[in-house]
Amino acid sequence: MRRYFARKLLVYALTFVVAVTVNWMIPRFMPGDPVAAMVARARVSQPEAAEAMRTYYNNLFGFDEPLWQQYLHFWGALLQGDFGISIWVFPTPVGDVLLEALPYTLGLMVPAVLLSWFAGNWIGALSARRKVLDNTVLPIGYLLTAMPYMWIAVILAWALGAQAGWFPVSGGYSLDIQPGWNTDFALDALHHWVLPFLSLFLVALGGWAIGMRNMIIYELESDYSAYLSALGAPQRLIRRYAFRNAVLPQVTGLALQLGVLVAGALVTEIVFAYPGLGSLILAAIQNQDFFLLQGAFLFIVIGVLIANFLIDIVYVVVDPRTRTGMAGGTS
Amino acid sequence: MTTPPDPAPVTAGPPAAKPGSESLHYAVRNPKLIIGFTLVVLLLAAGLVGPLLLDSGNPNEYVGPQAAAPDGTYWMGTTTFGQDVYAQFVHGLRATFLVGVVGGAIAAVIAMVVGFLAGYRGGIVDEILNMLTNVVLVIPALAVLLIINAYLGVRSVAVQGLFIGLTSWPWAARAIRAQTFSLRTREFVDLARLSGSGTWRIVFREIAPNMSSYLFMMFILLFGGSILIASSLDFIGLGPTEGVSLGLMLQSAQQWSALQLGLWWWFIPPGAGITVIVGALYVANVGLDEVFNPKLRES
Repeated sequence: MRRYFARKLLVYALTFVVAVTVNWMIPRFMPGDPVAAMVARARVSQPEAAEAMRTYYNNLFGFDEPLWQQYLHFWGALLQGDFGISIWVFPTPVGDVLLEALPYTLGLMVPAVLLSWFAGNWIGALSARRKVLDNTVLPIGYLLTAMPYMWIAVILAWALGAQAGWFPVSGGYSLDIQPGWNTDFALDALHHWVLPFLSLFLVALGGWAIGMRNMIIYELESDYSAYLSALGAPQRLIRRYAFRNAVLPQVTGLALQLGVLVAGALVTEIVFAYPGLGSLILAAIQNQDFFLLQGAFLFIVIGVLIANFLIDIVYVVVDPRTRTGMAGGTS
Repeated sequence: MTTPPDPAPVTAGPPAAKPGSESLHYAVRNPKLIIGFTLVVLLLAAGLVGPLLLDSGNPNEYVGPQAAAPDGTYWMGTTTFGQDVYAQFVHGLRATFLVGVVGGAIAAVIAMVVGFLAGYRGGIVDEILNMLTNVVLVIPALAVLLIINAYLGVRSVAVQGLFIGLTSWPWAARAIRAQTFSLRTREFVDLARLSGSGTWRIVFREIAPNMSSYLFMMFILLFGGSILIASSLDFIGLGPTEGVSLGLMLQSAQQWSALQLGLWWWFIPPGAGITVIVGALYVANVGLDEVFNPKLRES
């Protein structure tokens, strides 16, 4: 088990180094002069903002220094939690802007991902090898999983928001309400949360249901299932064994899908103008705020790494073989 | 479509038939495959032929009345600026297929090189390539693409596809590596090695043909994945700076509040186009799986 975690942590540490390096390299090795272009493109009206920008860029890029020194400085600033100053909401540090948006993204993503995973596995396991249910679950599953996240979001917003008027279609809370820890705000936020949650939930649901259905069919055809049914075991019992085995690839699948799920959450937030990382990224792109964009990139990478590690721990819990150091859980 | 049998030791088909014709026999009788491919081919034809039948070569031109509902002249209505949504749709299909082909092909090539090499060579080469695969696998592709595209001043569909291909290969490489692993110890590979063939000759003459059905299905999934990633990028505002794609149509509908104005004909067609292409590919893929793998055939 120690070997399993050591290997995983090595991959994550390497990934983090690669991500930071990519983040450092792209502005430097893209064609053109990034500093001049960025200062010009930002079109900041306040002179002090433009000046701070230029100074900051020059400090950060430090073109007079050798490359390896620039690289070390980049890491130094990063490890002190310094992501730079946002240009869009000058002069707030990028870290603060991102931290403010983070609860909204997490509040949207975590329930949507977990609930769709559980519900999808449940539906998929039920429908496997059951003609009637399978014939409805499979086409709906393929339809849902083929939909672009933003499109289902737009359709839900249009049908349940603009047409039916049941849910608000924009923002994380009403404009006449102050965010705070009280029931008024909580209810209002919940009301705004339903549609973005539902669109994330539905698209992911289809993929999990199909995956689980296929895995259960595969397990039901394996030797141990045939042996059990030859012994006269009840179908329920065989299905339960099949489920326990079929859930393992689904746990790994959750880790593999994280990137896609994050991407889905970002575009869904943009549709609903939900005040999370996705809307920040949109604002950063529209305002040419590259620090904010690069900070958001690192936030996402760190979040995905943490989530991967949590899934690794879950995998050890659900697969006893990794605990005893036997097969399974290969990285 | 001539395809050798599946690498897995499967029950033999009708003894007289050649493997290729057996696959064909099941392919033309598989409704999933037929429906899926028909839908994809229809949309591909619409994308190839549609723009040629239009009067104007520029789909973003302001041609009609503003925000008009679909009618006989403008089949899919017009935008708030008076652009013809149908013209944008058929042009957008082209961009969407192009990004799928470019992204899918580049990802497939990288996945094959990495997967074959790691699986066939094993040892230290495998360790290094496996580590590389795992690292790229964990980094969220869209986040990297956001940064790259944001720094690119001028963006084209081909460059977008290139970068999507460069970031979306890892899962496929992993799958190919696993398959290669199980094939490399077979007798016919040993025989080729004994007769002095080099690594790449063995890979392409002995191993790849035995998993060609698998490789083909992998390409289809990479193709569909590229289309979805590209549409997300377009929607965030990092799409091609010129022209039109289905994702860009969704983006401009969102940007100009088509939702609030009730212009459903502006945002329904592009999303439906993407959904049908990707969904049809998935369904066709399941059909292909049934054709190549007799275990999955029902009835």
